[in-house]
Order: sequence, then C-alpha cells, then structure tokens
Amino acid sequence: MEEFSNLMHGFSVALTWGNLGFMLVGLLLGVLIGVLPGLGGANGVAILLPLTFSMNPTSAIIMLSCIYWGALFGGAITSILFNIPGEPWSVATTFDGYPMAQQGRAGEALTAAFTSSFVGALFAVIAITFLAPLLARFALQFGPPEFFAVQMLTFCSFVGMSKDPPIKTLAAMMLGFALAAVGMDSVTGQLRMTYGFPQLLKGFDFLIAVIGLFGIGEILLTMEEGLSFKGKSAKINPRVVWHTWKELFRYKRTFLRSVLIGCWMGITPGGATPASFMSYGMARRGARDKDAFGKGNIEGVVAPETAAHAAGTSALLPMLTLGIPGSPTAAVLLGGLLIWGLQPGPLLFVEQKDFVWGLIASMYLGNLVGLIVVLTTVPFWAAILRIPFSIIAPVIVVICAIGAYTVHNSIFDVIMMLVFGVLGYLFKKLRYPLAPLVLALVLGDMAESSFRQSMLLSQGGLSIFFSNWLVGSLMVLALFLLVLPGWGAFKNFLRAREARGA
Amino acid sequence: MNDKIAASGRLFAALGFALAAFSAAPAAAWEPGKPVEFVVPAGTGGGADQMARFLQGVIAKHKLMSQSMVVVNKSGGAGAEGFLEIKGAKGDPHKIIITLSNLFTTPLATAVPFNWRDLTPVSMLALDEFVLWVNAESPYKTAKDYLDAVKAGAPNAFKMGGTGSKQEDHIITVMLEKTAGKKITYIPYKGGGDVAVQLVGKHVTSTVNNPIEAEAHWRAGKLRPLCVMDAERMPYKAKVTGDMSWNDIPTCKSAGVNVDYLMLRGIFMPSGVSQEQVDFYVGLFRKVRELPEWKEFMEKGAFKQTFMSGKEYADWVAKNEALHVGLMKDAGFLAK
Repeated sequence: MEEFSNLMHGFSVALTWGNLGFMLVGLLLGVLIGVLPGLGGANGVAILLPLTFSMNPTSAIIMLSCIYWGALFGGAITSILFNIPGEPWSVATTFDGYPMAQQGRAGEALTAAFTSSFVGALFAVIAITFLAPLLARFALQFGPPEFFAVQMLTFCSFVGMSKDPPIKTLAAMMLGFALAAVGMDSVTGQLRMTYGFPQLLKGFDFLIAVIGLFGIGEILLTMEEGLSFKGKSAKINPRVVWHTWKELFRYKRTFLRSVLIGCWMGITPGGATPASFMSYGMARRGARDKDAFGKGNIEGVVAPETAAHAAGTSALLPMLTLGIPGSPTAAVLLGGLLIWGLQPGPLLFVEQKDFVWGLIASMYLGNLVGLIVVLTTVPFWAAILRIPFSIIAPVIVVICAIGAYTVHNSIFDVIMMLVFGVLGYLFKKLRYPLAPLVLALVLGDMAESSFRQSMLLSQGGLSIFFSNWLVGSLMVLALFLLVLPGWGAFKNFLRAREARGA
Repeated sequence: MNDKIAASGRLFAALGFALAAFSAAPAAAWEPGKPVEFVVPAGTGGGADQMARFLQGVIAKHKLMSQSMVVVNKSGGAGAEGFLEIKGAKGDPHKIIITLSNLFTTPLATAVPFNWRDLTPVSMLALDEFVLWVNAESPYKTAKDYLDAVKAGAPNAFKMGGTGSKQEDHIITVMLEKTAGKKITYIPYKGGGDVAVQLVGKHVTSTVNNPIEAEAHWRAGKLRPLCVMDAERMPYKAKVTGDMSWNDIPTCKSAGVNVDYLMLRGIFMPSGVSQEQVDFYVGLFRKVRELPEWKEFMEKGAFKQTFMSGKEYADWVAKNEALHVGLMKDAGFLAK
C-alpha cells in the first residue's frame, strides 16, 4: 500500500489554506470558462499560465487543474439550458439534457450531469492513484492501427443509433467528413480544399461548427415559433438534488460502463469528446427503451457526462508519465510543467513526489469541492430559464459570438458560426440529424490520419488491423457493433414476414 | 497590508519618475503602447509553443516590458496562418512571431505566398539540435550499426517517426535515405511528444526528436541517442543519465552518417516597422538571454546558444533559406 501512504502525503501537501484558496479560485474561474462556449479549458489555462510562474509549482498546478475541473463541470450548463455545448465534450449531453430542460426538468438534468461528472472523475483518480504504472504501460501499446480501431469503435457504437433514415445519417456524416478534410493534410503536407482562401488554411474548427449548429440554429428555430416569449415555468425546488440522486442509483451499470469507456479513452489518449459520444451510443444500445433517448432520458445525460469527466481526468496520466497530452488543456499544462522546471515523463513520479501526489490529492479535493460548488448553484442556473426568451436570446447570441471569436481570435470564425447556424436550422427543418455531422467533424481528421499512418506502416495491407490481440479485438468489437442493428432489423423483418405468412 | 500599499506607492512614484525621465530625454526609446501579440505558428505544447510561453513567463516575471505579452497559436496550414497574419500586419509593432523551420518549408511545400523577406528579422534566440534516437532495447548501439542495418535491410523496412510532412524531420529522413541508399518509411505524427512515445512503444524504429522532446524518456532508460546532426558535439557536460551527458553523444558525421541540420528558433516582426521598434525587441531578448532561467531552459533542451540580430541575422536566414530550397528540391518536396 505504498500508493496509499503517498496519497496521504499528497493530502498533507494539498491541504493548506493557501492551496484550498487557489482551488476555489480555479474552480470558479473554470466553471465560468466552461459556461462560455469557445473559451475552453485550454484557453483559460493558457491565459492564466503566466500568472503562475512566480507561484510554487504545486500550488500552480492545483489552481490550473482546478480550472480544468471547473470547465469540465461548467460545460454541461449551457448544453442543458440552451442546447449550446459549452465544451466539445458536452455535445452529447445536449441530446437528452436540452429536452429535459424544455420539459421543466432542468434542475434534474443539471444535478445528474454534475453528479455524473463527479463519479467519472472520482473513479478516474482512483485508477490513477493505484494503477498509474500499469496504465502508462498500456498506453504505450497504442500505435496508429490501435488508434484507428478505437476511432472506428466510436463511429460504430454511434452509427445506427439514430432513428433517422440511414440515408440522412449517412449524408450528414459525409458532410462532416468533407468539412473535416479542409485544411492541411498532415500525411502529405499538402493543402486540401482551401481554394486559395487563407481563412480556410486552418480548416473548420469543431467548436465553431458546434456553437453555430446547436446554439444559433436553436435560436433561429425558436424565433420562428414566434417571439411572444414567456419564461419557462422551471420549478425551483431546492430538494431537486436529493430527488435526482435517489433516481440515479438505478443507473449503476451505465455509470460503470461510462467510467470504463472514459478512463480508457483518456489514457490511450483518445480524448473526452469521443469518449462522451461512445458512451452515449453504448448507453442507448444497452437500454431497454431505446426510443426514450433524445427525448429527455436522464440516462442520456449520465452516460456522456460520466465518460467525459473520467476521460478528462485520466488524460492527465499520459501527460504526467509519458509527456503526451491527452487533451488540448493537458497540452497547455504540459508547457507549464516545463517552465516550472519539471520534466514530465516516466521519472516524474520518482523525482517529484511532492508535486505528483499533491496534484493527485488535489484531484480528489478539487472534484469534491467542485461538486459542492456547482450543486449549490443548480437552482440559480435553472432559474435562468424563467427569463423571457426575448431577453435571453440576444445575450446568448453575443456569448456565442464571443465564444467563436476567442477560439482563434478571428472575425472570420464569427461569420462561419452564423453560416453554421443557418445550416443547423436547415438540418432541423429538413429533419437531418446533427449528431453524425458533429461526430464526423471531430473524429474525421484523427481517424483519417491514423488510418493513413497505419497504411504507411503496413505498406498498404489491411491485415495490420488484425495484427495483434489488442487491435484485432477492438476491430472485431467495432464490426460487431456495426452489424448489430442491421441484424436486429433483419430479425424483425423475418418475424414480420412469418407473422404475415401465418 | 500597509507595507504593500507603501510598496506599490513607491513603485508608482518610481514609474512616474521613469516616465518623466523618458519624456525629458530628447529621443525617447520606443516602447509598446499596448499588449504585444506573440504568434506561434504551431499548436499548443510543441517546441515553439513551449519557448514562446516560457518567454512570456520570464518577461512578465522580471518585468522586462511594461505591457503584457499574449501568446496566440495560429497553426493552420502548417503555420501558414501565423506567418500570413504577420505578413498582413504591415507596420504593426505590437505583433511578433517565433519561427520553426516551417518559415522555409511551408511556402516551399504548399506554395502559400509568404517569405521571410515579407517580415522584419528581429533576432535569433537559439538553434535546436536534432538527435537520432532508437528504442533502448533495439540492437543498434551506434549510428554505424543503425546505418549498416538500414543498408542491409529491405527497402522501407525501417520506420522513422517524425513531426508533420515535408518538414524538418521528413527532410532529415530523406538525407538519411540518401546516405544509406535505401528507402526508409516515414510516418508523420502531430507533435514531437507523440513521436517520442511512439518510439518508446516500439511502433517506429527510430526518430529524429529534438533533445527536449526525448530527454525524459532517455533519462528513464527507454530511448538511446545514437548521434547528433551537427558539425560539433553539444556542449552540455552535466550527466543526464547515469553515465551519459549531452556532450557524450557523438556527431553523426564522425559515425559516417553525413547529415547536418539545425532548426532556427528566432523572432520576426511585420515589415514596415521602424528601426527603433526593432531595437526595442532586440534589447528585450538580449535581456532575457542574461536571465538564469533562460540558461537553465537552454541546458534542459540542449539548445545551441547562438544569438544574432540585425544584418548578421538576416544574412544567416538568407543562407539557411537557400539551404532549405536545395534540400526540399533534392527531396522532391517542392510544390508543383
């Protein structure tokens, strides 16, 4: 139990009044950053990083990582209230969170999201505490074919889950892939589909697309329904937290599955966003009443939030032990480590015990304090829905515009956000699903480069995807998930024919 | 508390005095009048980004500038986005950019219209070394072992991991291919950190990581450096592992691998700025170089510490550009 004594030592490092203060400051800032779409955890941490150079490294990383936890918590708030994902990993939260808020169950949805986030993070930290060396070795197993297999698995667990006609799903997904292909092709070093426009060099940012498609699209749609808005009759019950908690106990299996997906995706590192999508897809697969998803099912909030937070937390492990960041925020923190004179890598756990275990202890404390902070604000957030839409809508548009601008400090992005807004509106009017487009946009780029790296490694042979047990079993699982809905439909078809024949 | 107020009072008084002194002087030296945007033409977490954020940090810590410095990543199109921004900001003294080799390689490979002559050279901060690395468990103990194995093996049997395509790592790989007379499979990854980990996980046979990207894994005994691609050995004699320092790594030339490559870490400004404005930044980075933190940073990353500014720097850049045109042409990387 050496880890346990190390952890206790870590708590003694983290539990000073000064550090607790930094923790609180970091969490509040983080929640704020999470609420503002576009201004992600990575930007927030990058902006505040220079302020920390004169602090001691342990306090500095505690504050910065708390900004990160805060952003992870806060991302869910606007997704649920306004259908605007504050962070990319809360896109999947909108699928059921927003309908819940529409039904006047915002408090429940928020409580579920925050609690799930906490559970996800808690299990991820426990995994980091006791399994760090083992998990770091596991992450080393991942080369290009393995990464592609994971991305394939994400697609497959998500495809076929929609009730929309398969052609429409496919069309939306292809549009997403096309958009993801714009910009630099990292394998050949050539520009693609930029047509000489310098603004297109960086491609279409996922965040800007999401802010436009969801946020602006939603506002356009609501405006069409008429502008005589009263506020939603959001009942504010301070006991909503307890009621929701009682209900959440029913979803033990969803929690467990989401934690596993999240930890795994964070460590490999696949990222919090794919984790949230995969977890949502899997939850829907495993549920008895699949049709309830997308209409305000609390399980549809639990699954992505748990996985996102588990992935976001465990993403710090490859950063500390291998020096590879599992998320953009981790990348900025990594830069910070080097400036504080700490070299991330296999020896960090040996050479910088105070720092590492102080950080790990702060993960426990930060998430606990974070949960308390955000849960006490649930009634406040839910109350926002009472404000008439005609007042809140312009505010949302302004927040969206600021968010889109801050991603790259570019006005062109704000224009793109509006274009995506119109696109989102058209999608909804024509009943095309948005989720496949978003998924293809976020994963298309990564999947493409892993696939082509694999092809370079194998000199063009597809057998590389079955060349060892790890990649092989991932691929088999992915293909299984892909054909499963088809098989179900086929069985139903046979049964229907038998019934007719009889 | 009172102490603090008194201190800040003194600070203001000192500032006021300084301002008065400046305005009294006949030719007041130029200083930034608003926050300076520090553009990084690469993603977060990479070598250029780390250096930029480090500079931002020490400049703020030692109050070398009255205005703040804001690091902005503009990595689109292999850095073209960042360079085009500086090119378009003619006459704006509140924008500076840090370079990688993509200053030369990106316009050559993609034909995006920019050139260092569209910018104003400020100063060279350092040069980044390249080291040939293999996994510590691999049988290659020296660069000669490695080269012989490449020569003896089948074409494309060796897999080199590197950052980006048609950029510095790729160029070096082509130079190695030429020396060996055998094809090497080049696998492009997103960042140098990823590349090092892929080598630790044995997904590639070798890499040409910069020292700072692979140092941690070397110290942990996971990687083995074979040679450094420079005319002379690195000067740092402090032991990094149990028995080796950066200085103990032989040059590739001495091992019969005729590859020599260094990467510029330098600062540029938009064109159309005054000499005074350039002088301010030259002076600023000169001051940074004197700081102990900078020296530590240089040693950690085993950088080659060469400082240049003015004409000397511009000449060096012009020469390095010509070198890149030759290398890119030989490798067949020029845009058609």
